[in-house]
Amino acid sequence: MTEAVQLATFGVTEADARHVLDRLSTRDVDYADLYFESRVAESVSMEEGIVKRAAKSISQGVGVRATVGEKTGFAYSDDLTKKDLELAADTARYIADSPKGTRTVPVPVHRRPAHDLYPVDRAKAEVATPERVALLNEIDAEARRYDPRIKNVMASFNTEYKVVVVATSDGVLVADIQPLSRLQISCIAEEDGNRQIGSFGGGGRVGFEFYRDRNRHLEYAREAAREAIVNLSAVEAPAGVMPVVLASGWPGILLHEAIGHGLEADFNRKKTSAFSNLIGQRVASEVCTIVDDGTLPFRRGSLNMDDEGTPTGRTILIEKGILRGYLTDKLNARLMGIGLTGNGRRESYQSVVLPRMTNTFMLAGESDPQDIIRSVKRGLYAVSFGGGQVDITNGKFVFSASEAYLIEDGKVTRPVKGATLIGNGPEILKKVSMVGHDLKLDNGIGTCGKDGQSVPVGVGLPTIKVDEITVGGTQR
Amino acid sequence: MELRSELQSGRSATESDGDYARLAADILSRAKACGATEADVVVADGQTLSVQVRVGAVDRLTKAREKRLGLRVFVGKRSATSSTSDFSKESLERLVSETCTLAKTVVEDPTSGLPEANQMATDLPDLDLYDGTVLSTENQIEWAKRGEAAAFAADERVTNSEGAEFESSSGRVILANSHGFIGSYNGSSFSLSVSPIASDARTGSMQRGVWYEVQRKFARLASAESIGREAARRAVRRLGARRVATKRVPVVFDQETAGSLLANLCSAVSGYGLYKRASFLLDQLGRTIASDLITVYDDGRMVGGLGSRPFDGEGVATRKNTIVERGVLTSYLLDTYSGKKMGLPSTGNASRSVGESPSVGPTNFYLVPGTKTPEQIIGSVKEGLYLTELIGFGINMVTGDYSRGASGFWIENGELAFPVEEITIAGNLKQMLKDIEMVGNDLVFRGRVASPTVKIAEMMVAGN
Repeated sequence: MTEAVQLATFGVTEADARHVLDRLSTRDVDYADLYFESRVAESVSMEEGIVKRAAKSISQGVGVRATVGEKTGFAYSDDLTKKDLELAADTARYIADSPKGTRTVPVPVHRRPAHDLYPVDRAKAEVATPERVALLNEIDAEARRYDPRIKNVMASFNTEYKVVVVATSDGVLVADIQPLSRLQISCIAEEDGNRQIGSFGGGGRVGFEFYRDRNRHLEYAREAAREAIVNLSAVEAPAGVMPVVLASGWPGILLHEAIGHGLEADFNRKKTSAFSNLIGQRVASEVCTIVDDGTLPFRRGSLNMDDEGTPTGRTILIEKGILRGYLTDKLNARLMGIGLTGNGRRESYQSVVLPRMTNTFMLAGESDPQDIIRSVKRGLYAVSFGGGQVDITNGKFVFSASEAYLIEDGKVTRPVKGATLIGNGPEILKKVSMVGHDLKLDNGIGTCGKDGQSVPVGVGLPTIKVDEITVGGTQR
Repeated sequence: MELRSELQSGRSATESDGDYARLAADILSRAKACGATEADVVVADGQTLSVQVRVGAVDRLTKAREKRLGLRVFVGKRSATSSTSDFSKESLERLVSETCTLAKTVVEDPTSGLPEANQMATDLPDLDLYDGTVLSTENQIEWAKRGEAAAFAADERVTNSEGAEFESSSGRVILANSHGFIGSYNGSSFSLSVSPIASDARTGSMQRGVWYEVQRKFARLASAESIGREAARRAVRRLGARRVATKRVPVVFDQETAGSLLANLCSAVSGYGLYKRASFLLDQLGRTIASDLITVYDDGRMVGGLGSRPFDGEGVATRKNTIVERGVLTSYLLDTYSGKKMGLPSTGNASRSVGESPSVGPTNFYLVPGTKTPEQIIGSVKEGLYLTELIGFGINMVTGDYSRGASGFWIENGELAFPVEEITIAGNLKQMLKDIEMVGNDLVFRGRVASPTVKIAEMMVAGN
């Protein structure tokens, strides 16, 4: 599919797009862009053994933006006539406070995205509902078969198919098709009045066949059931400072909260991040190297290009403990005089671009995961987490364990109830003393929220040992 | 900010209620022709103008108008929902037929269906939810600038800012169903939020403070200056925060954090969590679930309320429900579906986001105030925590287990001694509700869920 064809799918010609960009580009405007988006989202969900709900949502629109210095003018419209585009352009450039456009923007150069990371066939992405229903029914049966104490299974399967076209005043016209899907399962286990929940899921920029490949859907079902059953015997979690071993994979949420957000360029340009002015300084122990990589095939956080048409890349955030770089979008890169990293992202045409993470993870180290656990006399082994949050300004972050165990004399012993872990972003990674050789990325369930905008992201981590962090349990 | 949900009710300058009523009627009849036995349609449209200033200059200006249509069809006991922002004739025709096809592919659910025809709202009082004041862009910029300037002027330790934002939005919701019900209402909101950053010149450490206000009527908004000054006070007072040793102490939740606690109670009494057996308040109707100081109402018809609406997301009349009376759980929050599952009628709490099946949500959900001032409550604590901020998601609604990141002030001998941060508080919501031993007199509605200050007898605080 060529870019022009995709612009045409919005009923807009290239000449219209150029006309609007010209109109936006008044004397003081540094940069302007149009972001056309069409999105079809479908979901089916099951509970009590019945696939009860099916839903489909269609949205289409354009976001129009002009930037002048630090200022952004933004408007969006779900109507795409030439008149609507002009109206949006006039609103967006209002901010420029300068006479109407006399400048002509460069003729857009057709470009294909730099990558082809998720070649998913539309036919496969839009699999018929009965196949989705069958998938959920098998999940329900598998979870209940796992253990008779599983009393309810809730599962949902969501897909979205997004077509975007970005036209910019710096002469770029580029399109991408971005499929995304996710399977999410929760199980409720009950025994003698004790009820517990376990959850598991996965997905990515993949087609339906991904979930049936090697019966991945059944493995997810067993994992959700297993977590619920484990939690039936969980004891109260400990409270206070102790060593914590984080398992590989999804516990990488630590990196996302503790340092990832703090390295987004907007906060650093404004000097409102606890990481402001720390480039070149030690913010982690020598065993920590952390990257953000939007170019991993089929990953939930990956993109062929960011939402400003910039190719995604691999950015080293921390190299052997030294802070190396920020994640940028065009506005902040220009204002800070630093390079583009391909991290300008937006939830939809209705939202502004912000610097955001893609897939953020720590590179593998040299320790054996078993040795890491054996090195702890008394502490916590955290295997799975719910969500996390950070206060960018003071650097304090939390993330909440949903499956965790006590480590006693170097051995993983009893499961403990969920507990929140709290730390200080610029300090916590200095306390990482061991990094395993078992780097694993998460299964594709993460959604990151910032300024009210949600975008899909990935995280990853090898098994690591944090020498001390505050664990928010209830027992001394 | 609560404002986002207000966008679901929209208002358009171009389409009249009559146009949308005809559109809805047309879609309902098309759905019937496609085999639907019952259906309902929601149309929402609205407009928003938001300005953000930072350090005295305009940072971002956003203007938008949007509309969306949601359809739910039932083919016997099978149902599906859909939504679109494309109102063209051919697109809507396709949507109706695809939705009916989708419904035919799911499994029969004997509980599904619209509310009974006799349950539809018949009185639609004007709840004073709409203010037609249109503010110019310059006026909004001025408001935001004044708010931020007041924060900078309030204290020399305020050295930076995440900005100030003024947003106005207005909109309309129309709901029609195959029983012949049609209703609509308008809503508006005006809000200012200010986020200054204070810094400690000696250590270089920074703290953010946020203060905001949301009102349906522009004239009711507090002055930009008072909001900015309060935001500055909240940033500055956090400077020098430190950790405390791990111990069990009384915890006083301020209005904001007590509101978050009340929101947890609200989730626990919501029908969907209950019938899925995913709430810690299962089988507690008529039983004591909280201290006898606790009485909670959910009032959908509070005049001018941020959560008020004349009918719910299924067209059922809203009302004032007593949820907890002196500690006894007297009502759940239900829509038609979750009500049937629990063997109870709807409480008028169907919440409907345009593209989805109804779920359950609060209207104006609040804890009835007590008699003590916040100062008296703090004064009653020898050593403990005055909680002003919670972060993270460490709440297990199935078990009630509660463990969250916290910051606030350490109380010594009845007075705020110093700010604290990087600590957690933990307990179990079942016990926490019973351990509320004082309720403040300071109820203020800043959103749909509101609470005065409350004191919990004891929780585990983890620090160093």
